[in-house]
Amino acid sequence: MTTDALAPRATASARPLGRRLTAAGTRRRIRGGAITLLTWGVVVVFFFPVLWMVLTAFKPERQAATDPPTFLADWTLDSFGKVFARDMAPYLINSLTASVGSTIIVLLLAIPAAYALSIRPIVKVRDALFFFISTRFMPVAASIIPVYLILQTLGLLDNINALMILYVGVNLPIAIWMMRSFLSEVPVEIVEAAQIDGAKLRTELFRVVIPIVLPGIAAAGLICFIFAWNEYFLASILTSTAARTTPPFLASFVDGRGFFLAVLSAASTIAVLPVVIAGWVAQKQLVRGLAMGAIK
Amino acid sequence: MSTTTPSTAATRIADGPPPQPLPGPAAPPRRGLRRLGVSRALLWPALIVSIVLTQVPFVITIYYSLQSWNLLRPADQRFAWFENYARVFSNGSFLSSLLATVVITGSTVVLSTVLGLLFAVLLDRPFRGRALARTMIITPFLIMPAAAALIWKWSMFEASTGMVNWGLGLLGLPSVAWNTDVPVATVILVLTWQYTPFFTLILLAGLQSQSRDILEASSVDGAGAWRTFTSITLPHMRQYVEIAVLLGSIQLVQVFDPVAIMTRGSGGTKTLAYLLYERAFVGLEVGEAAAYGVITVLVTIVIATVALRTLFKVFTEGTR
Repeated sequence: MTTDALAPRATASARPLGRRLTAAGTRRRIRGGAITLLTWGVVVVFFFPVLWMVLTAFKPERQAATDPPTFLADWTLDSFGKVFARDMAPYLINSLTASVGSTIIVLLLAIPAAYALSIRPIVKVRDALFFFISTRFMPVAASIIPVYLILQTLGLLDNINALMILYVGVNLPIAIWMMRSFLSEVPVEIVEAAQIDGAKLRTELFRVVIPIVLPGIAAAGLICFIFAWNEYFLASILTSTAARTTPPFLASFVDGRGFFLAVLSAASTIAVLPVVIAGWVAQKQLVRGLAMGAIK
Repeated sequence: MSTTTPSTAATRIADGPPPQPLPGPAAPPRRGLRRLGVSRALLWPALIVSIVLTQVPFVITIYYSLQSWNLLRPADQRFAWFENYARVFSNGSFLSSLLATVVITGSTVVLSTVLGLLFAVLLDRPFRGRALARTMIITPFLIMPAAAALIWKWSMFEASTGMVNWGLGLLGLPSVAWNTDVPVATVILVLTWQYTPFFTLILLAGLQSQSRDILEASSVDGAGAWRTFTSITLPHMRQYVEIAVLLGSIQLVQVFDPVAIMTRGSGGTKTLAYLLYERAFVGLEVGEAAAYGVITVLVTIVIATVALRTLFKVFTEGTR
């Protein structure tokens, strides 16, 4: 009934308004289109180096560095063959060992700690949290010299497990910080209900809490993996041959003489692939994890 | 492990909601029914690992920095008080390194903030293919810094075949010998390229957390888009910019990868981290390098503080 009474008036007043809106709407649509165009322009320029790296990787060496640039090349897989002929695989395996291993250890330490800092009662939560985040802010330069000398004394230079353990130290604070912000979103009633039901700590953790924060664990794990996979400073100083990881291998891949751009691009493409793919696939978790880790 | 009285849990259940144990603004602890001891047991492993891997080496670094110690002459090692610091401050390489660090960190943070804000605003509005555009924008953040440095140096900045000069040529601008003439600019540009996505992500999170009601109210009140942006969005974004700048500058102060790979410290790019590396692992001067390590930590603290203060000022003045 109300609708009936109001309807004619609404349409009557809507007609002239509608016409006015179309004119403004067209203007707005043109402006919106221009902004969208600008956005894509900026995005493409920004993304271009990545695209160019991948394209160059598929060019024959003589078309890789030309002036003007070659856009329609005789695409080939030669450079990838050359990269593996230069034995890149062991470096990739070392990188994988150090990143995956350190990520698993970090999560095993960070989840209980973050749990204690968010859901369980503990004294001086702020102090503990502040301590962890401050270790994250401490430059690696502050500890590299003793670390080097101690590893040297223990005969652990150029040892992939030693590097893995150091990555645990680097990534632990950020993982705790991120896990804590995910855990503090778990409704406390659920945990309390489980506790009143007499659930043991392990049950409480594995059956109740962890399933809820699984996306958070994925995000924290991904960030740790990215940092470890891409790390250069420690790897270049503490490893030489047996435990050399991908970033220092890549850095010493070219000496700047002769034609090397296609093969360098191919090696770089392989090196960045795991993290880029993982980052693209888990983009939502990554963004959320970064934002939460940074803000909460 | 447990040091608390066993009755704690029981009394809590009896009394209903327990009092918050030491609530802090940063992290109010949540209620729980178990004893404190279990919580501590959960926390200790992480705490110990963290202390052993980061704090202990730093304390040793401080100790080393008070030693006169060159690895080529291990027999000459002796306690030297503040000799290393005196030497560090009196020779020119420290000050030029400090300057290089500040210039590189500062320029990168400013450029990344401006670009990050622009990208965040552009990517916040709905348009066709937005998800793809966001994916493309975050990619430089995922690229291994060693690979980024190499690709930029040889594929982008190369004087005769690089894409940057080709692009300048299309715009009718003269070529620049980037790698040889302006190494500082190359390092700053690569770092900006890698850090802008990080800034964009945090600032985008900030934009998305704005209350739609307030924005609508402002447009109903007749405020234009620009006015709304400067008087509502920017003040709201302050804490997000602060956090991005803080986290960004703390990472950038330690910057090593592009310097080591692109310039090897030439042309005003010798940052503190690179200088430390040179003194320790090329010059084998353990004591002096350790002093640089301690100073780097102090500079990090100063930069973080200054960054926060300055930003705070800019934003409060900007909103008046």
